[in-house]
Amino acid sequence: MYLKNLAVAGALAVTSSAAYAGCGLSGGNVNILANEFGAIQAMVAGARECAGDGVTVEANLTVDHRDIQVAALTANPAQYTSAVVANSSIVPLINGDLIRPLDDLVAEHGQDLDKTQLITIDGKVMAVAFMANAQHLFYRKDILEEAGVDVPTTYDEVLAAAEKIRSMGLMEHPFAMNTKTGWNLGEEFINMYMGTGAPFFEPGTANVAVNNEHGVAALNMLKSLVEYSNPDFLTFDSNETQARWESGDLALAVMWGSRGGSILDDEGSSGDIVDATVLAPAPTLTGDNVASTLWWDGFTISKNISDEDAEATFVSLVNGISDDVIRANNDKAVWLSSAYEPTPASAGVAATAASGTSPYPMLPYMGLLHTAAGGELSEFLQGSESAEQALADIEAAYTTAAREQGFVE
Amino acid sequence: MKHRTFFWFILPSLAAMIAFIALPLVSVVIQSMHVEHEQIMSVTENCGPFGCKEEVSVDAEATAALRAESPLGRFNGLGTYFDRGHLASQEVATAWQERTSLGDFFSRLYNLPLYKAIAFTLTYTFIVTPLVIMLGLAIALGVNRLAPALKGPTIFVSLLPMIVTPLIGSLILFWMIDAQGIIGKSLQWIFDDPELSLKASPTLTWITLMVYGVWHGAPFAFVVFYAGLQTVSSETLEAARIDGATRWQQVRYVVIPHLMPLAVFVSLIQLMDNFRVFEPIIGFSAQANASSLSSIIFTDLRGDVIRFNSAAATSVITIIGVAILLSPVLIRTWRDFKGKAV
Repeated sequence: MYLKNLAVAGALAVTSSAAYAGCGLSGGNVNILANEFGAIQAMVAGARECAGDGVTVEANLTVDHRDIQVAALTANPAQYTSAVVANSSIVPLINGDLIRPLDDLVAEHGQDLDKTQLITIDGKVMAVAFMANAQHLFYRKDILEEAGVDVPTTYDEVLAAAEKIRSMGLMEHPFAMNTKTGWNLGEEFINMYMGTGAPFFEPGTANVAVNNEHGVAALNMLKSLVEYSNPDFLTFDSNETQARWESGDLALAVMWGSRGGSILDDEGSSGDIVDATVLAPAPTLTGDNVASTLWWDGFTISKNISDEDAEATFVSLVNGISDDVIRANNDKAVWLSSAYEPTPASAGVAATAASGTSPYPMLPYMGLLHTAAGGELSEFLQGSESAEQALADIEAAYTTAAREQGFVE
Repeated sequence: MKHRTFFWFILPSLAAMIAFIALPLVSVVIQSMHVEHEQIMSVTENCGPFGCKEEVSVDAEATAALRAESPLGRFNGLGTYFDRGHLASQEVATAWQERTSLGDFFSRLYNLPLYKAIAFTLTYTFIVTPLVIMLGLAIALGVNRLAPALKGPTIFVSLLPMIVTPLIGSLILFWMIDAQGIIGKSLQWIFDDPELSLKASPTLTWITLMVYGVWHGAPFAFVVFYAGLQTVSSETLEAARIDGATRWQQVRYVVIPHLMPLAVFVSLIQLMDNFRVFEPIIGFSAQANASSLSSIIFTDLRGDVIRFNSAAATSVITIIGVAILLSPVLIRTWRDFKGKAV
């Protein structure tokens, strides 16, 4: 829905994105810290076009960006003038007061940005989002047809379809999701719990509220699902599930939408598998509650840098998401821009967003719950612990950490 | 050497040790006794591509004021050491009071992160260390008997596991033991079990990690023992042979006593190294089935919220653990030293 609105709104906007050296800046140093995947590489390449005439543009693209961003931006002057973040990783930067409000810069240089791209916190623009992401269902239409099942829209239907595929002897382990112990498993728990529609915390407090029948329901569904997964499921991250999908070992999988582009390209897989792969919205768990979370990726500007560098960084990054860049890299992401043409690779994310999925909560203590869940669920999924015990462990691990961080008494 | 000369001689390394070892240790101890300030939060309206939402966020200005007042955070004494993430005094007491049997107590204990990590760390240390020493000695004795032309290449090949970076070595093995990999497939074929997976069961994961540990550690023991073997007195060996000692008796009564100080050295180093076991857990993606003291420190230092104080407390506990582990060997060395001095 939002994506559609965005496209309409953006189509009305007048755009101009002629890139020239310096991008009209008189000088400044730009240094970007970001995750590493195709869409971000494209954006940074666009930002680099502004280099020259006294403007320098450097970048450090690394999958470990989240682990170094706080230390790097705490330094004064900051090591990087910009950190590219997502809903979850912006939180520690806000908690630490390490990024600056962008209202002035948006007013001066952000005419081409759509209002929905602006991430505002308490009325102040703190980040500019440029792409959307979500975990959703990938399915193989040839296998589902052979098994004679419809496309699942709920997790119960996913289980039924997996059981049918197994019982017909088509595949022994038809299902996979990113269940590697740690961050990935924590994300699966949070997505599944979203499907219960219940809140994560007691209203108005940082006290966790997952140790209840909703938590049990979410955990039991995860457990039922991994029974259709390869026994190595606790080592599955995005790279592993993508590789297994591309080698044709899976018929149903819940993976990140940002993987869609590379799964549907002509590398790493055979034509039959690619042709039969369809990206569908994330399934629901109870009622209409979608068991997934919406994510955005966006850029922030460091607080501890000069105003000249901040301006240069903002202008370069806006140039990095100009219409030309997006048109040239259309398949690499679900871009939040009018220039973006939807493709089959983005169908899953767009449909998931349209079905009323909630964004990942941007709460200061959400990361602690995420870590606690990621670390305490392995034994339950292996069958050596009860759901109640696993939830009690999550609660205890979270509370210990939250107390230490000053969020709860 | 005069004390004065000795002092000037040692001063540069002493200064470096204070700056890079002692001071960071003091800082770790101080950090472990503090926790973050109480967070001042307010409800704000946050908007983004997916709409607006009332959410809680940290009040940056108020927090900055608190931080400026006391940058270390709130003093917590030994609180962090006894919380659930560490020694868990309260949880252990409850587990003891509510136990139905001793086994039940231990399984409750095993549910706590630090004790789980200690269980793996100690098992790993006490299984891998002796095996490394035995295997290292066996390789050294074997290589020592080889024809000179074969010695060079054999030594090179035997050292490879130590030369390969631990993380890379474990990653390569991780791919090989995959159900689709050469070792994984072979094991499935040997045991005639298509579902066999070394990554799925805790026991098999532990065995894999320990086999890796021995594979990686043995070359070090081998090099040290091989060097030691070159200094075994050939006269004593010859005398033993004339007395009718078998090859095994020569090794048992001449070579091993001669290598004993080296064995103490190797076990000291290996105990320390193995107690800090870390890379294989990451390389083998074994966090689900095995955690060590180092890996829980690593987990604390990653992620969106970095928990320095928790990591600092675990680090101090690790240092105490290493000290306890090494004390028997150190006491023995000290006695030997004093015995010689008198």
